[in-house]
Amino acid sequence: MRIYVNGDAREFSSPLSLADLIAQLDLPPARIAVELNRGVVRRSDWSNTELRDDDQIEIVHFVGGGS
Amino acid sequence: MSTARKEKVSGEGLIIAGRVFNSRLIIGTGKYRSYEEMRAAHTASGAEMVTVAVRRVPLDRSTESFLDHLDPALQILPNTAGCYSSEDAVRTARLAREALQTDLIKLEVIGDQTTLFPDNEQTLEAARILVKEGFVVLPYFNDDLIMAKKLMDIGCAAIMPLAAPIGSGLGVQNPANLRIMREQLPEATIIVDAGVGTASDAAIAMELGADGVLMNTAIAEAEDPAKMGTAMKLAIQAGRLAYVAGRMPKRLYASASSPLTGVIK
Repeated sequence: MRIYVNGDAREFSSPLSLADLIAQLDLPPARIAVELNRGVVRRSDWSNTELRDDDQIEIVHFVGGGS
Repeated sequence: MSTARKEKVSGEGLIIAGRVFNSRLIIGTGKYRSYEEMRAAHTASGAEMVTVAVRRVPLDRSTESFLDHLDPALQILPNTAGCYSSEDAVRTARLAREALQTDLIKLEVIGDQTTLFPDNEQTLEAARILVKEGFVVLPYFNDDLIMAKKLMDIGCAAIMPLAAPIGSGLGVQNPANLRIMREQLPEATIIVDAGVGTASDAAIAMELGADGVLMNTAIAEAEDPAKMGTAMKLAIQAGRLAYVAGRMPKRLYASASSPLTGVIK
């Protein structure tokens, strides 16, 4: 199935949970946050959130910044 | 002593939603030439709170956490920099809260790429939503009293009028507006955000009655950020003291400081 991660279309095999996706992308789970179809998914819900074709995911972290 | 000043001189420290910060300086974490230089500047400035931005994680390379380069004692203030709509700012704030487990948010909704001036209408809309959701909202806005009142009425914890465009280093462009804001909103926590270029700019903001100053570029782009961090710390202390002390009135003509009588003939 196709999942859009930070705007890029990527192919994954289903079933796939959000936690699986984070693991497959090799992202450090600490201090990141995830949105599924424009709504935040709490960390505790990552493993029970099943992804579907065409889901839009945003994964963010923190960078240096001021204003 | 003006009533505005009297209200503020009793308490010590910068108070945001009941949290007390000994330092009235909040600084950014962007534009430094190295992490080492940033840490040295942070330490020298005495700031207890630093801002960070929320961005997409790069997927094509492994990244270290930027936050690991910050002193763990610092309070992190995530911002919504780069957002041009209320909706994007609200989404960014929610993501920041989820990742950092903090309800503090420096709200910025930009209206124009050249000036980075805030979109006050979108800022107001986002502030309303975020306050309802329990965020401690610190909005960046134009130095406008009516907007300041609206943000206070909504329930923002502090208000952050600009001194000049972000990153411009022009200093306080409209001191009268800041002074009016201070006098008309004695209860507000006012943090001057953006546009400070050097120590005297920060001192002027504090002399006008600001409760604090937020800056990034003035320190990060200084030739020696650590020394500028120290300069800003001292300027903010000096400006605050001068405000609390209550300056003499300005006069157009001289007023002799020595007795006019008993001069030898």
